[in-house]
Amino acid sequence: MKRRKFDMKQLPGKVGNELDDRFKLASPARKLMTKVFPDHWSFLLGEIALFSFIVLLLTGTFLALFFEPSMVEVKYDGVYTPLKGMEMSKAYESTLHISFEVRGGLVIRQMHHWAALLFVAALLVHMGRVFFSGAFRKPRETNWIIGCVLFILAFFEGLLGYSIPDDGLSGTGLRIMSGITESIPLIGTWAHNALFGGEYPGEVIVTRFYILHVLLVPGILLALIGIHVGLVFAQKHSQWPGPGRTEHNVVGFRMFPNYVSKQGGFFMLVFAVIALMGGLFQINPIWLFGPYEASVVSSASQPDFYVLFLEGLVRLFPAWEFTIFGYMVPAVFWPAVIGMGVAFTVPIFYPFIERRFTKDKAHHNLLERPRDNPTRTAVGAMVTSIFLVTTISGANDVIADQFNISLNAMTWAGRIGIVVVPVITYYVTHRICLGLQQHDREVLSHGIETGILRRDANGRFYEVHQPLAAPDEHGHTELEYNGWVVPKKMNRVGALAPAVKGFFKPIEEDTNGEKRAIESSDDKKEVGAGRH
Amino acid sequence: MAAPTRHRHRWRRRLGALARFIGALALVGGIYTGFAPGIYADEPDKEFEKLAAEGKELYDNSCVSCHGPKAEGVDGRGPSLIGVGGAAVEFQVNSGRMPMARQEAQAERKQPMFTPKEAEALAAYIQQLGGGPEGVTDEEIDALTGDLSDTEIAEGGELFRVNCGSCHGFATGGGALSSGKYAPALEGVASDEIYEAMLTGPQNMPVFANAQLTPEEKVEVIAYIEYLNEDRDPGGPLTLGRFGPSTEGLAIFLVGITTLAVATLWIAGKS
Repeated sequence: MKRRKFDMKQLPGKVGNELDDRFKLASPARKLMTKVFPDHWSFLLGEIALFSFIVLLLTGTFLALFFEPSMVEVKYDGVYTPLKGMEMSKAYESTLHISFEVRGGLVIRQMHHWAALLFVAALLVHMGRVFFSGAFRKPRETNWIIGCVLFILAFFEGLLGYSIPDDGLSGTGLRIMSGITESIPLIGTWAHNALFGGEYPGEVIVTRFYILHVLLVPGILLALIGIHVGLVFAQKHSQWPGPGRTEHNVVGFRMFPNYVSKQGGFFMLVFAVIALMGGLFQINPIWLFGPYEASVVSSASQPDFYVLFLEGLVRLFPAWEFTIFGYMVPAVFWPAVIGMGVAFTVPIFYPFIERRFTKDKAHHNLLERPRDNPTRTAVGAMVTSIFLVTTISGANDVIADQFNISLNAMTWAGRIGIVVVPVITYYVTHRICLGLQQHDREVLSHGIETGILRRDANGRFYEVHQPLAAPDEHGHTELEYNGWVVPKKMNRVGALAPAVKGFFKPIEEDTNGEKRAIESSDDKKEVGAGRH
Repeated sequence: MAAPTRHRHRWRRRLGALARFIGALALVGGIYTGFAPGIYADEPDKEFEKLAAEGKELYDNSCVSCHGPKAEGVDGRGPSLIGVGGAAVEFQVNSGRMPMARQEAQAERKQPMFTPKEAEALAAYIQQLGGGPEGVTDEEIDALTGDLSDTEIAEGGELFRVNCGSCHGFATGGGALSSGKYAPALEGVASDEIYEAMLTGPQNMPVFANAQLTPEEKVEVIAYIEYLNEDRDPGGPLTLGRFGPSTEGLAIFLVGITTLAVATLWIAGKS
């Protein structure tokens, strides 16, 4: 029998053809694979959040195999000595079981917690990038709002996860949540009793939170992440301004193979960092907190970092209680409920607030550097400073203890700081932005400072400037300010050969440095395109 | 011959009476000496008084300026020591808190200025002045904590979380109190000092008298503290100080976000 010849080279093509015949994939796949993404480090911050969310789903699935969300009281009979014979809930007992008896359980639990912190931290950093570059402007307001909702969901998802092991710390946090719920006027008590199924702590809260934590909230998160990323595809990624970049094009790399391989590698890196932290850094040692009892409240009982700003607001706010129509509104209502409400809603509406002031209704696919919109940058820095002051105040007892500062002094520093620091931050940031802009304009009109001092016949010293274009008779160049990187070092425009490129080490050997010095007009273009 | 005979009889009779009297006295005295807690039974007190005298000398040199010449306290400088007992003195002196370096919110642990022997002498002097709870030795406590069962250590943990954790923290790391005061970390604190601290309630600490926490319960608490301090961190070599979520939040930015931000620069730079 004649042996059929098998051609390896034709296999992908054949498979592709067969698939296309059935599913009509060729056209959408080509569109996807040839899609162009602009390349800049700051565009990769959102991916950290996306990848840590994937790690969360993977590790969370593992934990769910062993966790029992039940508040039934049991007697501990596991391996951890100092809890032997203690009464505790099934939830806490099974978390101890995961930590000490399930193979690899503790490292997966720790990875899950670190991934959760990384997820929220990356969300914040990514939101900061989108905010400070003006990427939320038309047509991307919807995606900004979805992003804000993702943050709010992540916030509550983390809080739910923090609560369900039913250890001493999570119970303390739950007690605070219960108190905040009760402080809401009119509906507080009803809302609380509906949530907890009666008085705190009741017997159902862990079970309810568990279902929210593993099914409902992650489901919504996943769907919204899908829409969020889908919108980036549909609306195309925004890009930094630069030579050849307009409002109507995208300059960058194709999805395949360039972008896909970079993203694949980056996922491995994110996974590696989470795994490393899960293995090296102890997080949430529930066996030290002990089972939850109402009488047990440890000092330094803090929420996870993204809730710390609320804790700080509660600590800083004076104990003002109002009685309205005979009903008392507790002091905690203002910082916790109103504070949280403002923190969650104002960012959602920010694109519309800004548009109302700037009256800017145009499409924006080109980003703005922070310095080119000093007011927005100053507002962002101001909000960041409020977040920092309140977050630091949320941990002020730990700081006071470790740095030998009076706790009272810390509280008052926070109270004064939350009023004074944002104002100073706003002003200073605004001035810095204007200063940076001015320096860019100066370089454009006078050239680059070379560091070469000359002395003329009269004895006067002056610095030689290297003009970026042919100067007029006053030595000025009229170059347009276009909101992108202006070269500020002489060798970047060709007086010397550029230093060997690459972030850690060069990609290729620098064999013809001399030659490149001569062909230096090329380098200028490369810098201008901002591909560093 | 009758007269001298009679004389002799009377003399003999008197002599007999004297002998009986002396005999009775000796009997009563002997019985009394035998039964009464006589002064001769307090032979060790001589040593104690010697120790207390040594202590008084140390006291007059190093403590008198704040606690007053008769340990009755000086307003605004140091409290009265009458009735605080030797346990308080040994805790404060052996942990280096006393004498204080300066007047401040709270005396802190430092290199002790006196040897344990001198601390004992000071304790004897204060004990002599007004009584109070007496100090214990490390060996006594260690002998008791050595053979506790797992359940007893677990009970100690429960007692620790209920009574101690609210100031000293869930993992004995200490915590802040108001106006610069603080609950110190318990790592590396000798077990007799912990016991004396519970007994006497130094500075801002409440007193856990034997009616509140029995000596057995105190020993259980100490056993739990020692268990925690024996480097038991199954979660990894880097404990972040066991401060809870605040340092974890710091770590995710300093380690996680920083590393990955560098990674983004690296990835975007390779193009």
